[in-house]
Amino acid sequence: MEFLQLLVSGLANGCVYGLIALGFVLIYKATEAVNFAQGDFMMLGAFIALGLTNAEYMDLPFALAAVLSIGIMAVLGYALDYLVLRHLFGQSQTAIVILTIALGFVIRFVAGAIWGHEPQSLESPLALGDVHLGGLVLGMADVAIIVVTVLLTFFLFQFFQRTKLGLAMQAASQNQMAAYYMGIPVKRIQGLIWGLAGATAAIAGILYASKGAIDPNAGLMGIKAFAAAVIGGFGSLPGALIGGLIVGVIEPFAARYLAAGYSQIAPYALLLFVLVFRPHGLFSQVRTKKV
Amino acid sequence: MRIHFKTSYDHDIRLFPDLWSFCVYAALIVIAVLLPFLMGEFYLGEVTNVLIWAIAGLGLMLLTGQTGQASLGHAAFLAVGCYSCIILMEQGWPFLLAFPACGIITGVFGMLFAIPAVRLHGIYLAIATIALSILADDIIVLLEPWTGGVAGKYPSSIDIFGYEINRWVNIRDFYWLVLAVTILCTLAYRNLLRAPLGRAFAAVRDSEVSATAMGVHIAFTKALAFGLSCAITGLAGALMGFYAGAVTNETFSIVISINLLMMIVIGGLGSIHGAFFGAIVVAFLPQALSILKNAVGGGGVAIPGLESGVFGLILILFIMFEPMGIYGRWLKIRTWFELFPFARKDMFRRQKSYLKTERLR
Repeated sequence: MEFLQLLVSGLANGCVYGLIALGFVLIYKATEAVNFAQGDFMMLGAFIALGLTNAEYMDLPFALAAVLSIGIMAVLGYALDYLVLRHLFGQSQTAIVILTIALGFVIRFVAGAIWGHEPQSLESPLALGDVHLGGLVLGMADVAIIVVTVLLTFFLFQFFQRTKLGLAMQAASQNQMAAYYMGIPVKRIQGLIWGLAGATAAIAGILYASKGAIDPNAGLMGIKAFAAAVIGGFGSLPGALIGGLIVGVIEPFAARYLAAGYSQIAPYALLLFVLVFRPHGLFSQVRTKKV
Repeated sequence: MRIHFKTSYDHDIRLFPDLWSFCVYAALIVIAVLLPFLMGEFYLGEVTNVLIWAIAGLGLMLLTGQTGQASLGHAAFLAVGCYSCIILMEQGWPFLLAFPACGIITGVFGMLFAIPAVRLHGIYLAIATIALSILADDIIVLLEPWTGGVAGKYPSSIDIFGYEINRWVNIRDFYWLVLAVTILCTLAYRNLLRAPLGRAFAAVRDSEVSATAMGVHIAFTKALAFGLSCAITGLAGALMGFYAGAVTNETFSIVISINLLMMIVIGGLGSIHGAFFGAIVVAFLPQALSILKNAVGGGGVAIPGLESGVFGLILILFIMFEPMGIYGRWLKIRTWFELFPFARKDMFRRQKSYLKTERLR
């Protein structure tokens, strides 16, 4: 029973990691860039939702606030691409990595300046009530997180595989110049994907904030989500979810069964282990090019 | 306007391209040596800090700027250097032996880490090094009998043939020591770039496929780059320990790793000057901000995250408008004067480039 309880709470945590990792993978799939600020995006989305919902700020109904904050984050993501990232079009990955780390610093500073550094919790209807399944106790928020994550992964996967826009995004990442020749508006596509990643981050943020308090440093969790994305293999959406689940499940078990001090290093040790044996993640998409 | 008329192949790789640049650097060294007589103790301490950061920056520059392997985990190697130097000196080793030894130990650690790391590319390498940096914090706590864990370690005074150097007693001596190490490291770096190995590093950075075709052993070269880079970083870590006077598991956190990488990007990737320019920015930014805050009247107010926020903003502006960093800007200004009146704006225009996927390699 204890085993099952640990497993389920781990799964719920893992889904949050998976949601952030989805944002990483989305951007990676479409622009071949990695957004290190994705965790901070999530934090920002959570704070925007909090600012709209909570009684001491705007006091809007939760559903409206959730939709609004997702919209705002989507616009922010697009604007960010339009204003900043287009200057780096075609530059190397490393430049974008460093840029997004810097961006994370700035977002953290701005969020701290607006909402303060005290942990706050979102007044969300999801935060109330537990679900009893046999002997298992699950928070409403946990159930919501698991359901939303699985649905979102499914739809995004279908979007990339089936729709014209999704294929265009994949093409734009694989070879920018060839994509141009095929008539794909590469720059606009990149803007769209940043918007989509912003919206995903907002969803992750709302769900995460329903589970507990958030503060401007919550975005640092992005590093763990990053580990999840790498374990899954960057560029694979189901891989991101599975990587997130692995990291999420390992954490409570390590905390329960390993000595103190060893438990928090478990996800990173696993990450290094995976990278040693599968340098491109479990669901690798790297093929060797023949020259 | 200067004209370089090359009459032999040696001219291409000479340490100093002409007498003028030799004189400039000689003057710079003379000023640096005389600096303790020109400024107060506080600012001398700050300059020492700049030099230590610059050494660490040189170490990372060799790996990231020269060989093209981004590392977000160099704080871990700073820690290895620092702790190994302190532990060796506690075992009774003299400083003159312990200091190079800690560089070698860190270099060996770097090579060991490189064995799995040379298989990783770009983003996977970045995340592996991040994991290393996070793990280092916890491993230092776990290795408490050696590292002192959370309680930390207190490095003793440096003793060179009976002459005692302690940063808190006499900052001048410590400054000269750091300056000597800086000059040695810079010379070693500069000479490495002139050697075949340095050219191999650059070849690996620019194109692994072409480097292989030219007979460069990619994995070996990368591992060597890791080792040399970590050795220099380890030396900087030891000096950092002596400078701070106390080290704990939190001294070398992931924030230091990130700052280090950002520092060399601001300074200008792939140039020795860049490491120094970047170190100046990193070390003096907190001072400049506090002076600025006093100027607007908010002197006593602590704003959390302000420093990193401003740092991030500076970095974003640099990457957007001057990707070659401060050194790139300096190069443009210098060229403008050297070629006057023939300099043209488009001389430094970025070539239009298109990204291809790294998933097909």
